[in-house]
Amino acid sequence: MNTWRDKVIYTILVGSASTSIFIVLLIFFFLGKEALPFINDPGFSGLFNLRWIPVSFNKEIFGLIPLITGSVLVTLLATILMIPFGVLGAIYIAEIATGRERSFLKPFIEILAGIPSVVIGFFGLVVLSPIIKDIFGLSTGLTAITGAILLALMAVPTVITVSEDAIQSVPGAYREASLALGANRLQTIFRIIVPAALPGIIAAIMLGMGRVIGETMAVLMVTGNAAKITFNPFDSVRTMTATIAAEMGEVAFGSHHYQALFWVGIFLLIMTFFINLIAQQVLKKYQMR
Amino acid sequence: MTAMAKEKLIFNLVRGVTYFVVIVVGYLLFDIFIKGIPTISWSFLTELPRRSGAEGGIYPAIVGTIYLVSGAIIFALPLGMASAIYLSEYASQGRLNRTIRLAIITLAGVPSIVFGLFGLGLFVLFFGFGASILAGSLTLAFMILPTIIVSSEEALQAVPMGLREASLALGATKWQTVYTNVLPYALPGMFTGSILGIGRAAGETAPILLTVAAFFLPRLPKSIFDQVMALPYHLYVLATQHPDTEKVLPMQYGTALVLIVIVVFFNLTAIILRNHYRKKIQW
Amino acid sequence: MVKVPKIKLLIENVNFFYNDKQALFDINMSIPDRQVTALIGPSGCGKSTFLRMFNRMNDIILGTRHTGKITMDGLDIYDSKTDVVKLRRDVGMVFQKSNPFPKSIYDNITYGPEIHGQKNKSYLEDIVEHSLKGAALWDEVEDRLHDNAMGLSGGQQQRLCIARALAVEPKVILMDEPASALDPKSTARIEELIGELRKKYTIIIVTHNMQQASRVSDHTAFFYEGALIEFGKTHQIFTNPEKQKTEDYITGRFG
Repeated sequence: MNTWRDKVIYTILVGSASTSIFIVLLIFFFLGKEALPFINDPGFSGLFNLRWIPVSFNKEIFGLIPLITGSVLVTLLATILMIPFGVLGAIYIAEIATGRERSFLKPFIEILAGIPSVVIGFFGLVVLSPIIKDIFGLSTGLTAITGAILLALMAVPTVITVSEDAIQSVPGAYREASLALGANRLQTIFRIIVPAALPGIIAAIMLGMGRVIGETMAVLMVTGNAAKITFNPFDSVRTMTATIAAEMGEVAFGSHHYQALFWVGIFLLIMTFFINLIAQQVLKKYQMR
Repeated sequence: MTAMAKEKLIFNLVRGVTYFVVIVVGYLLFDIFIKGIPTISWSFLTELPRRSGAEGGIYPAIVGTIYLVSGAIIFALPLGMASAIYLSEYASQGRLNRTIRLAIITLAGVPSIVFGLFGLGLFVLFFGFGASILAGSLTLAFMILPTIIVSSEEALQAVPMGLREASLALGATKWQTVYTNVLPYALPGMFTGSILGIGRAAGETAPILLTVAAFFLPRLPKSIFDQVMALPYHLYVLATQHPDTEKVLPMQYGTALVLIVIVVFFNLTAIILRNHYRKKIQW
Repeated sequence: MVKVPKIKLLIENVNFFYNDKQALFDINMSIPDRQVTALIGPSGCGKSTFLRMFNRMNDIILGTRHTGKITMDGLDIYDSKTDVVKLRRDVGMVFQKSNPFPKSIYDNITYGPEIHGQKNKSYLEDIVEHSLKGAALWDEVEDRLHDNAMGLSGGQQQRLCIARALAVEPKVILMDEPASALDPKSTARIEELIGELRKKYTIIIVTHNMQQASRVSDHTAFFYEGALIEFGKTHQIFTNPEKQKTEDYITGRFG
């Protein structure tokens, strides 16, 4: 009696757990299904054009390069910003803060992680972008750097949480050994603990980057959405995510433009997939989870 | 400079960097609170919007968000909890197990806008649900599934191995053991973890942009195949798409405040409950 | 007249592996019915792993496998037709760290009978009383059966775990260092209890405490680095061991 009940339940549980595999396959399948016709007409090479002009009276051009460079620029800027705040924040919470500070800072970081991106984007639009515009004397505050600041803010909780785990998992014996040799806390932290936790910290930064590349609403609202190739932080750019969000509502289903947007999604998926995979491998290899 | 002075200086620097983040976030919350509060009124929360959202309330957007989130929970919670039970209690070191874990990591990293594309391709078009509550809920459900699985598994792992061993050694079957001696102690943790997922679903915009959200729809949905407004999308529309964004700024702040209150409420509840159970359960 | 004890468990050519690491090497021995057999040896020698083979508790650890054969009353306990759930009903276990369920004392005892389908309330009440008496705990908890078991002292918790094992009427009881976490007084009570239980049950006890082994057991097996070095009457092992390694260990030269 118990045997068959156990078998039925086991089947249900395996089935449920396997759904995740099924969903991943479905995601790849349906993105591919909508995107694939583009290869025959107008042709795969069209995606590598240097311009993205999806709506035009003469010839539409669906080059993904400006969108990719837009995403890369914003991501790199955000990464440069999130590293000091995320890593130093993690070091502070894990090693320097008092117990009381920690019990305030940790929930606060979690709250930050929970603020919806559209709210962050809204804040960026009405508060940050005018500040950027004034400080740097620009014609518009809707720039790559504005987006990068917001994205860094959104990625900082990820970097802090994962880095802190890595720092916490450094064996206490290292710390004690270093202190016993007469090293002060500062030396112990930066010469022993941080190097020991480095793989975890690097993985944390990569997970943060994964989040940044995939983030949509904040960049859509504040980066100005000009699809051009630039590496100037104070220029407007258009990221891959923002392109999908802004244009998908207006395209005709099945059109070239529609298919091209699915290609953007595929590239995005592949990029985040590999970044996350590498980060997870690093974490797994160094047993920091 | 002495070593002690140097240590002190650098610690203060690190502290400064950390609290800079706190101040920025604090300012964000403060700004939205102060500028949003004047807009909040009973009629703002309970009336239909008028004149493209320039006047009236945000009632349909609140209702829409509640529908979407409830729908996402109905699909994702049982699926996520069952997956976690399998991974924590049943899985062996096989290829299936490794593949499931890889899939969950992959899902957790899929950008929300890609979930939107997927929901559009599968639910809206292929299944023919159209842009609807059903399509949006399912898309959100798939998006929060990894959060629910990972936190539920953590809660299950926190139950001491000794309880399982004791039960199995008495001749209980696997499921009897899990059902009577693991689940009851893990459930609070599983639910709190799920609340974090719920908070995330309530605030997400990108997936519903493509699968459900209506630009302006001053009425309530009649069935799960209807479109709805949703708070995050409504905020986006008011802030960027409205013909006179300056004029509707108070409405934007009001909407942002309501959204943030809902999301922070969920997250804070989850955090407090989790800390409570962590302290309470001493094995 | 010499009474030859009946054999309860027969172990033939048993090897055991955690993934690629071999933990037990070609073990052969026979465990007599209704006597106490002690397994001793330094930590990591495989004695606990060996104990956990008798109720197949190692099955729940990923990546383990074994070769060889263990039979109980002539039946192969690792046979594919053997119901592991039924086996664990016959072979009870008491763990090193007491692990009562965070429920009432009463519910801890009735858990086993209930999952095996016993619903009769008065019968369950009998089992509770009988098992607690069997574990010498009844007098202490008689009037607070519905209190949470986590409120008991360490020694009481461990005796509750023994009572819980008795409630499913096992034939064999495995004890994995049952007194290692207890104070001397509680330890003495557990040892006394083992002396009582040996009249009705076959007991196999793992201990790192040699005095304990010599006090409670009839037979002693000495394990070293996964191999069974020597097995014999407890008295003989402790007074006149045949192997040098055994002598070194019991005289405290290593371990």
